Amino acid sequence: MTITQTSRPGRAGRPTRPRRASGSYVDKAYPLWFHLPGGIVFVTLFLVPTALSFYFAFTRWTLFKSTFIGFDNFVLFFSEPGLIGSLRNTLIYGFVTSGAKVVLGMLLAVLLSAPIIARGYLRSVTFFPVLVSTVGVGLTFQILLDPFHGVVNQVWAVVLGIDGPGWLTDPSIALLSVAGIDVWKGVGLATLIYIAGIAAIPHEYFEAARVDGASSWQVFRRIILPLSWSATSTVILLSLIGGLRSFDLIWTTTGGGPGFASDVIASVIYKQYQAGFYGLSTAGNVILFIVVTAIIYPLSRWLNSKETSL
Amino acid sequence: MNAMRPATRWLVGLAGILLTTAVFLVPFAFILTMAAKDPVEAARLQFSWPANFQLWENVVSVFQARDYMLIIAFINSAILTVASVTLMVIFGSMIAFVLDRRRSRLNLLINTLVLAGLIIPPAVVPTIWVMQGLGLFKTLHGLILVEVAFGLSFTVLIMRAFVATIPREIDEAAIVDGAGPLRLFFRVIFPLLRSVIVTVVVVQSIFVFNDFQNPLYFLPGNQNATVQLTLFNFQSQAQTTYNLLFANILVITVPMLVMYIIFQRQIVAGMTSGAVKG
Repeated sequence: MTITQTSRPGRAGRPTRPRRASGSYVDKAYPLWFHLPGGIVFVTLFLVPTALSFYFAFTRWTLFKSTFIGFDNFVLFFSEPGLIGSLRNTLIYGFVTSGAKVVLGMLLAVLLSAPIIARGYLRSVTFFPVLVSTVGVGLTFQILLDPFHGVVNQVWAVVLGIDGPGWLTDPSIALLSVAGIDVWKGVGLATLIYIAGIAAIPHEYFEAARVDGASSWQVFRRIILPLSWSATSTVILLSLIGGLRSFDLIWTTTGGGPGFASDVIASVIYKQYQAGFYGLSTAGNVILFIVVTAIIYPLSRWLNSKETSL
Repeated sequence: MNAMRPATRWLVGLAGILLTTAVFLVPFAFILTMAAKDPVEAARLQFSWPANFQLWENVVSVFQARDYMLIIAFINSAILTVASVTLMVIFGSMIAFVLDRRRSRLNLLINTLVLAGLIIPPAVVPTIWVMQGLGLFKTLHGLILVEVAFGLSFTVLIMRAFVATIPREIDEAAIVDGAGPLRLFFRVIFPLLRSVIVTVVVVQSIFVFNDFQNPLYFLPGNQNATVQLTLFNFQSQAQTTYNLLFANILVITVPMLVMYIIFQRQIVAGMTSGAVKG
C-alpha cells in the first residue's frame, strides 16, 4: 500500500547484508528473466502506449493515418471553455475527495479503534460500499438524489421544510455532489488503512500517556496523528491519484453535465474518443499525465520527508 | 486507547451504529426494496417496503433480458477476473521476489516503473492502437492482458513488502538441497506468500470485476459485455425499468460480497502486516 516505500528502496525493511563470496551462485537462484513475463505485458500495453501518446497528442489522428499538427490540440483544449473547465473540475474533485477521505477516514478509524460496542459491525458497514461496483453506486445515487422524487430530497423537505437542491442537475453543485458520493464509497478503504496504522502504534505510548494524565485530544494530537503519518500519506496519495483520474462515477451519475459543469479530464478524454477526435483525446491524456505527475511526485517526496519513525 | 468508561463505550457505539446505518446501510436497503417491487411501484422511487414482494421474479427476468445477456456477461466477467488476477499474482510475485532478493542495476529502473504504473493514467487511444496492431482489440484475452498491465504495479508493491519478511535462510536451504530457480520459487517461496496472495486476489478481483472504464474502451460491443455494462440495459431515454435495474445491481454485487465475507479476516491481516507497517 505504501507508495512511500518505493522511493526509498534502501530502507524498505531490508537489513543490509554482508556481501557473499560467490555472487554468481546467489544470482543464479534469482534469474532476471523472472521479470520478463510481467515486464512484457507492462511494457507493451502500458509503457509503449504512454510513450506514443506524446507523439499522437500532436497529430490529427484517425487510427490509420496521423498528420502532425503541432500544438493545435493543446491550443484547442485550453481555449475551449468546456475543455479548460474540465481541468479545474479535475483539481477540485481530486482535492475535495482526498481531503474528505483523510479527515473522515481518520475520525472513523479513531472511533473504530476505541473499545466501543459493535466495533466489528461498524467496521464491516463502513467498508461495505468499497465492494460495490462504482456503476451500481452511481445509478443508485442518481435515483436517491432525484430532485423531485428522490429519497434524499423527500427527507430534506420533511426535516427542513424547504425543497432540496437539484444535487446532480444544478450546475453549481453537481461536481461536489458527485465528490460526495465518491467519499461515501471510498471512505471505508481510508478507514481500513488508518485502522491498520493505528494498530501498529506500540501500546506503551498510550500507557505512558495515560500515566502522565494526557487528555484524549492530547493523545490524538501528540501520538496518533504523528505516528500514523505513513497511513496518512498512503491515504492522501491513493485517493488523490484515484480522484484525479476518476471517470466511472462521474460518467454514470452526471455524464459530465449538466452542460460541462462536472466534466473532468477523464470524461473529456472519453467524449473526444467517442466523437472520433483521437488526437484531441490523446492530448487530454497527456494533460492528465502532466497534472497527476506534477502533483503526486513532489507531494509524495514531501510526505516522505515528514515521516516520523516509530 | 483503552481508557473509556462503560457508559461512554455504549453511547459512542450506539451513536456510531445509528449514524453508519443511516449513511451506509440505507442505500443498500433501498437497492434491496427497489429490486423486489413491481414496475409501477418502483417508478415512484420511494423508500418503502414493497407491496407486491417479487424479488425472485425480478431476478429471473433480469437474467432473461436481451437473450440471457447477463449470463453471458457473468461468464465473461468470471473469465476476465479469474484470468487477469491469476496472471497478476504469478507475474507480480515473480517480479517482487527477484526484485527483493537480487541486487541488480535493473532494480532502480523497475522500482521507477512500478511507481509510474501506479501514478500515470493509461493513455487510452494509443493503447487501442497498439492492441489493434497486435490483434488484441475487442477480444477478451486482450482485455485480460490490459488489466494485468494496469494492475501489476500495485501487486508488485504489496508483494515485495511481504517477500522481504521471508527469511533468506529458507532460500539457502532449498538451494543447498539442489533446487533450481523455478523449484525454489514455485515450490518453496510461492506457498509462503499465501496470506499476501489472498489480499492481492481479493483487492484486484474487486477492482477488475467492478471495472467499468477498461471494458468500455477495450471490449466494446454487446456480445462481449461484462456485468458492469449490463446495468445500462434497463435504462433508456424513453423509460427506465427501475425494479429490474436495481435487481441487476443487486445480482452483480453479490459475488464480491460473498468473497469479501469469506476472506474478511485475512484481508485486514494482510493489509496490516504487508502494507502499512511494511
